[in-house]
Amino acid sequence: MSGMPQKGFKRWIFTTNHKDIGTLYLVLSLIMFIVAGVMALIIRGELFQPGQRLITPEFFNQMTTLHGLIMVFGVIMPAMTGLANWLVPLMIGAPDMALPRLNNWSFWILPFAFGLLISTLILPGPAPDFGWTFYAPLSTTYAPPSTDFMIFAIHMMGLSSIMGALNIIVTIFNLRAPGMTWMKMPIFVWSWLITAFLLLAVMPVLAGCVTMMLMDRHFGTSFFNAAGGGDPVLFQHVFWFFGHPEVYILILPAFGVISEIIPAFSRKKLFGYRFMVWATVIIALLSFVVWMHHMFTTGAPVAAQLFFMYTTMLVAVPTGIKVFNWVATMWRGSLTFETPMLFAIAFVVMFTISGFTGIMLSLVPDDYQYRDSYFVVAHFHYALVSGSIFAIMAAVYHWLPKWTGYYYNERLGQWHFWLTTISMNITFLPMHFLGLAGMPRRIPDYPLQFTDFNQICTIGAFIFGLAQLIFVYVVYKATKGGKKADAQVWEGARGLEWTLPSPPPYHTFETPPAVD
Amino acid sequence: MFGFCFMLVPLYALVCKQTGINGKVFGAVAIDPNMMVDKSRTITVQFSTTLHENLLFKFKPLVKHIELHPGETKTVYFYAENNTGRNIVVQAIPSISPGEAARYLKKTQCFCFTQQKLLKGEKVDMPVVFHLDPGIHDDVHVITLNYTLFDATDFARKDVKHFTEGRIEL
Repeated sequence: MSGMPQKGFKRWIFTTNHKDIGTLYLVLSLIMFIVAGVMALIIRGELFQPGQRLITPEFFNQMTTLHGLIMVFGVIMPAMTGLANWLVPLMIGAPDMALPRLNNWSFWILPFAFGLLISTLILPGPAPDFGWTFYAPLSTTYAPPSTDFMIFAIHMMGLSSIMGALNIIVTIFNLRAPGMTWMKMPIFVWSWLITAFLLLAVMPVLAGCVTMMLMDRHFGTSFFNAAGGGDPVLFQHVFWFFGHPEVYILILPAFGVISEIIPAFSRKKLFGYRFMVWATVIIALLSFVVWMHHMFTTGAPVAAQLFFMYTTMLVAVPTGIKVFNWVATMWRGSLTFETPMLFAIAFVVMFTISGFTGIMLSLVPDDYQYRDSYFVVAHFHYALVSGSIFAIMAAVYHWLPKWTGYYYNERLGQWHFWLTTISMNITFLPMHFLGLAGMPRRIPDYPLQFTDFNQICTIGAFIFGLAQLIFVYVVYKATKGGKKADAQVWEGARGLEWTLPSPPPYHTFETPPAVD
Repeated sequence: MFGFCFMLVPLYALVCKQTGINGKVFGAVAIDPNMMVDKSRTITVQFSTTLHENLLFKFKPLVKHIELHPGETKTVYFYAENNTGRNIVVQAIPSISPGEAARYLKKTQCFCFTQQKLLKGEKVDMPVVFHLDPGIHDDVHVITLNYTLFDATDFARKDVKHFTEGRIEL
């Protein structure tokens, strides 16, 4: 029957349905989360004691590189895109994404990209081993041959992201239900719209960056080689001009998720909706003028250091608006603490911690001490684990009953939350102090005095890893059965997606809903 | 996109040149005939060298440092000896510290302006003629001029000459 899914695996390969593609993205993200998580545990296992214990330093470097690349490009970005695929059409009352075939292609590039990237571990010779930032000349003159695989994998991820972002922009611009004006749009949709523009702006820069690496490696150019008139510092400029907006690409959809969940479980409207929208726009704009705070110690002139220090500190203002608005939304609300709300509250608290360490890092003289230490590692793991990953988990728990039609097991969800939050802090809080005490990042071995805190980190990491198995189990069980969910699912939830039955039919909003 | 990538290097060099950032000084400058020598100030210029990737060269300044007044022109030589066992084209890349002083150190002649070809075992003294612009900040007392020598054989220009102006064969 036309319009209904094909049988078996063909459904997933040929699907143009936004719900199917959203599911594919989320499943890919979960698989990659486990792969990159195992790499993290190998890293932490090696760091349990000083000296060379489990793996060689060469393999350690490959693990840190692939862990970073896969977590950023293979876990957080696909998960956010998956959420956008599932939720944006439902939230704006659209029948599907605007460009469904493009949508299929955007997804199906990714398994090949990550296959290519991960195949470097099996192929002869070392996998990429220069850190996820692949600085030249480490990634050009001194890099292993497998770097070319990484370059093409990144090209494919970039293609996928650009097409996905285009699709989301076109959908939001053209397929909103009649009556849904810009300022009536759900905040998650706003966040993703802005994120999609950021993706369109910077993914080509990353593609250019890796193309220049490829040219330097094989075609005799010297973009990043001083011998031929280039400059290795140029690499860092290009990379971070992509890289800083990239970290906001990872966090802005998370802001959107949290801004949906906190009002639902506070049974209030989001406090300061307009401010939330404009704060997101301003964060996105500022993200283009802060990239040199990653390069304070590369011999940047004083004027540039001051400029980038001030612009970086300025990011705290719109971010602060968001944090205050979340707190104000909860103020005097009728709060209940189901798993999504717990993750959302933990997000607000711990993401704010990463914001504070971010301000510390923005100060030029302090940055000279903190840079390339475990303090930086602690900072961005608080931003990305207790920020982006927690928001993704909150979103999965929040919308899972809508997607599957069954509530997840609340008791196991709470277990998952508490184990994850406590172990996350056991893992990453000591890293702040390790960094302040002078432990550099990306080292497979360390002086004896760092042993105790590293052991605490490693124990926390393994608890964290095991806790995620509960998550996999809870999600799997909720797809198979459980307490039936009605259309509303959560008492305080508002938005068009909650007017649909749970699970929603394969095709929804074929006639646009009326928005008052 | 492709064109933009190729534009980046000249664009980047232009920005560095205009703003004097990155501790770089590009190309030769003509001496302003009205330039006055400021005898009230003396600035020490130190010279240092680095070999990129353990290039088998002996490369060092003939004097470790000199003192000069702003506006005064000086010539110094760097000694280079090719021990690589092959004919080679090298390129020296200057770096000046503190970065704020970079734009005031002006070279009228330098072995770093062009690639240098050195035959197997060849020994040469290579000149730098420079002065300090009298506009240099009052709080600058010591400047370090460092050269890093790169193997540029893979990037050799077609017009690279064996003998460049001022170079002394030993």
